[in-house]
Amino acid sequence: MTQPHETNGTSGVQVGPAQGQRLGMVIEGSVANGVEVRLDPGVSVEQVKVGTFVTIQGVGARFFGVVTDVSLSSTDPRLKYTPLPVDDSFVIQALQGTIAFGTVSVLPQLTMPDVLGDEQGPAPAKSIPSHFSRTFTASQQDVEMVFGSEADGNFWIGSPLDMETKLCLDLGELVKRSIGVFGKSGTGKTFLARLLLAGILQSGQTSSLIFDMHSEYGWQGQDTDKGVTVKGLKQLFGAKVSTFTLDEEHSRRRGLSTDETVQLGFNHIEPQDIELLRESLNLSEVAASAAYNLREKYGEESWLKEFLDAGRGGSLLELAEELQVNAGALRALYNRMGRFTRHGFMVEHSRVDTAARILEHLERGQHVVLEFGRYGDDEAAYILVSNLLTRRIHRKYVEAKESAMGGSGKEPRPLLIVIEEAHKFLSPSVASQTIFGIIARELRKYNVTLMVIDQRPSGIDPEVLSQVGTRFSCLLDNERDIDAVLSGTPGSRALRSVLARLESKQQALVFGHALPLPVVVRIRDYGPKFYETIQGGGDSEEEKKRKVEELFGG
Amino acid sequence: MVESTSTSFVAQCYQLEGAPALGGLVRTDSPDIYGVVGRVTTEPLDSARPVLARGEDADSEEDVIRDNPQLARLLTSRFEVFIAGHVEDGVIRQYLPPRPPRVHSFVYLCSPEEISRFTTRLDLLRLLLNSGASHADEIIGACIRQAASSHAQPDDFLADACRTLAVELSGDVARLSAILRRVAP
Repeated sequence: MTQPHETNGTSGVQVGPAQGQRLGMVIEGSVANGVEVRLDPGVSVEQVKVGTFVTIQGVGARFFGVVTDVSLSSTDPRLKYTPLPVDDSFVIQALQGTIAFGTVSVLPQLTMPDVLGDEQGPAPAKSIPSHFSRTFTASQQDVEMVFGSEADGNFWIGSPLDMETKLCLDLGELVKRSIGVFGKSGTGKTFLARLLLAGILQSGQTSSLIFDMHSEYGWQGQDTDKGVTVKGLKQLFGAKVSTFTLDEEHSRRRGLSTDETVQLGFNHIEPQDIELLRESLNLSEVAASAAYNLREKYGEESWLKEFLDAGRGGSLLELAEELQVNAGALRALYNRMGRFTRHGFMVEHSRVDTAARILEHLERGQHVVLEFGRYGDDEAAYILVSNLLTRRIHRKYVEAKESAMGGSGKEPRPLLIVIEEAHKFLSPSVASQTIFGIIARELRKYNVTLMVIDQRPSGIDPEVLSQVGTRFSCLLDNERDIDAVLSGTPGSRALRSVLARLESKQQALVFGHALPLPVVVRIRDYGPKFYETIQGGGDSEEEKKRKVEELFGG
Repeated sequence: MVESTSTSFVAQCYQLEGAPALGGLVRTDSPDIYGVVGRVTTEPLDSARPVLARGEDADSEEDVIRDNPQLARLLTSRFEVFIAGHVEDGVIRQYLPPRPPRVHSFVYLCSPEEISRFTTRLDLLRLLLNSGASHADEIIGACIRQAASSHAQPDDFLADACRTLAVELSGDVARLSAILRRVAP
C-alpha cells in the first residue's frame, strides 16, 4: 500500500497544511452526517477551510471527502465559563490542542482504490472510516484520480480551494444532461459559461446554439471589473462558430460582420408563443387565448397578419363578436401585438426559415450564436425569438431522432441550447408550456440539452430544476435561491454553508452528474493564457474523423 | 524510613535542616522505589512536649540556637513521600510497587541524571493527582519545576508535561490552569 502522506506529513514545522499533511483523526460520525475529525495539536483550525478536500486512511479503505464545517470544541464544557490567563502564552499553548481543540466535519464521498493506477476508479462511499482513522489533506494525485486529469482529455476549469491542482471536468458527461449556471449578478456567471462553452466547442462532440441576450458570447465580451474586452467564441474558434443577429445595425455599429441576419415572419408566430408572452406583455388570460380563436378563423399561416389588418381596418368589434371573445381583451391583444410586431426583425411574411438555416449550420458541426443586439433588453423579444426558434429546431430533432431509431436516418448531432434569464422561460406558471420546459424534462432523449444561466434559480420550476444534471453555482445569498439550487442534492445541508461562503468572484460550487462529488472551484482566468490553449487546439481526432465521414458519405 | 504504606512513606532526617524540597524526587534502595516529597514537617520528638517560643531577648535566630543547644536534639524533621514508581528488573515502572518499602531502609535524594531518566515518562503525574493529598496541585507544580531543571531541554520537558497534565485533567480546566500557572517559567 502506498501512502505518500506519511513521509511529508510529519516533517518539521509547517506553516499551513501542505498537500497530504496530516490533519487529525476521526472521533465520531455517521454515514448520513459525515465524520468528525479532531485536529492534531499542531494544526490550527484557521488553516483548514470549508470545501477543502481530505483523505481518510481507514483500516480497509481510503476515503476521499470534503470539509463541510470547521468548529471549536473542548473536553471540558466549563471551559467557556472559566476565566483563563489569555495573555499567558504558556498556559494557552498547553491548553491548545489538548483541552481546547478544533474539529472539522468531513463528508466522506468516495472510497479510493488502494493502489494508484488501479483499473477500478473511486467508488461512492457507502460506509465511514473507523474511529481514530488518520486524516490528511488530499494530495494532487488524489485529486487527479478523482476528477480525472487534463491528459485524459478532460477540460480544465480551475483549481480546488487552496490547491494548485488542475481540476478537470468530463465534458462528455457534462453535456449529456442539462447544465445550470447560477449566481447573483456580477459573480462571473457569464465568464464561467463562456469558459464552459469554449471547452465544449473545443471538444467538438456537441453543437451549441447560444441565445446571446447581451451580445457577450459571439465576437467579444466585456470584463466590466477590469474594463477590458475579452475574446468571444467567434474570435477563438473562427469558422467553427456562426453568428446570427437580430439587429444588423447594432452589429455594424460595433464593426462586426455577422454571418446571417434573422428575420421572423408573422407566419412563424403561434398562439403558444402569445401564451408565453402573457406576462411580459401584460396580457390577460382571455386575451392570450383569443389567439387560438384567431388561428382557427384565419389559419396557421396568416392569422396574425389578418388579425392586425382587421385591427387597422377598425373591425375589431365585429371580430370580437364573431369569435365570441371579450372586445376589450381583443383590443389589448391587438395593441400589444401591434407594438411588438414593429420590431425591426419582424416582417409580415418571411420565406426564409431561420430555424432551418440554423439547423443547417448545426448539422455541419458548427456552433451558432444568436445575438440580440438592442433587442436583448426587450424581454418579450428574447422570449419569443428563442422559443420560436427552439421549438422548430427541437421538432426537427425529434423527427430526426425518431427516424434514426426506426433505422432510416443518421442520429442527430447532440445539441446544447444556451439560454440566459432562464427563470423567465421556466417559471412554474409557464414551464409546462415552453419548449425549454419540455426539453429540460425529457432529458437527452432527443439529443438536445439545455444550459440555463440564471440569477434567480428560485424562479425556475422545481420540476425543471430537478432535471438539471450538473449545476455550477457562484455566490448566492438569497435563502430561497440557495434552497432551489441545492434541492434534490444529497448532503445539501452541508453544502449550504459552503455555498453561502463563496467568494463573490471566480468561485463556484460545482456538483451533480458530471462530478463524483461536489467541489468548490476557483475558476481559471479567461484571458490570453486561455486563448493560447484554444488556438493550439484545432480539431480533435474524433472531429476529423467525423468530417471525413461527412465528406465521403461515411 | 520510619513509616511505610503502599502509597506513601515517611522518612526522618538525620539533620534538622536536612529535609529535601517539596516536589523533589527521592529514592529508597533495595528495592528501588521512587517517590515525590509531599510534606515536610519539623516537630518535637516527643509529641507530649510542645515546643515553647524562645528568644524573647535574642537579636537573631542564630542566637536562639546558640543559647539553647538542646533544641537540635529535641526537634526533628520528617517528610512524607508519595510513591511515584519503582524499578523492576532494571526497568522503570511508574506505578505502585507490589510491596511498600521497608521501614528503616535508607532514602536518598536523586541526582539530576536520575531525575531526568525517571521523568522521561510522566505517568507519575496521574499517581500524584490521585494521591489524595490536599495540596496535590502544589506538589505537582513543584515536581515539574524541579524536574525541568534536570533536563537538557527544559522547555521541551515543560511542554510535554503540560500536555500530559492537560490530558489527565481534560474535564477540569480550572484546576489545570491553576497548575499550569505554577509551572509557567
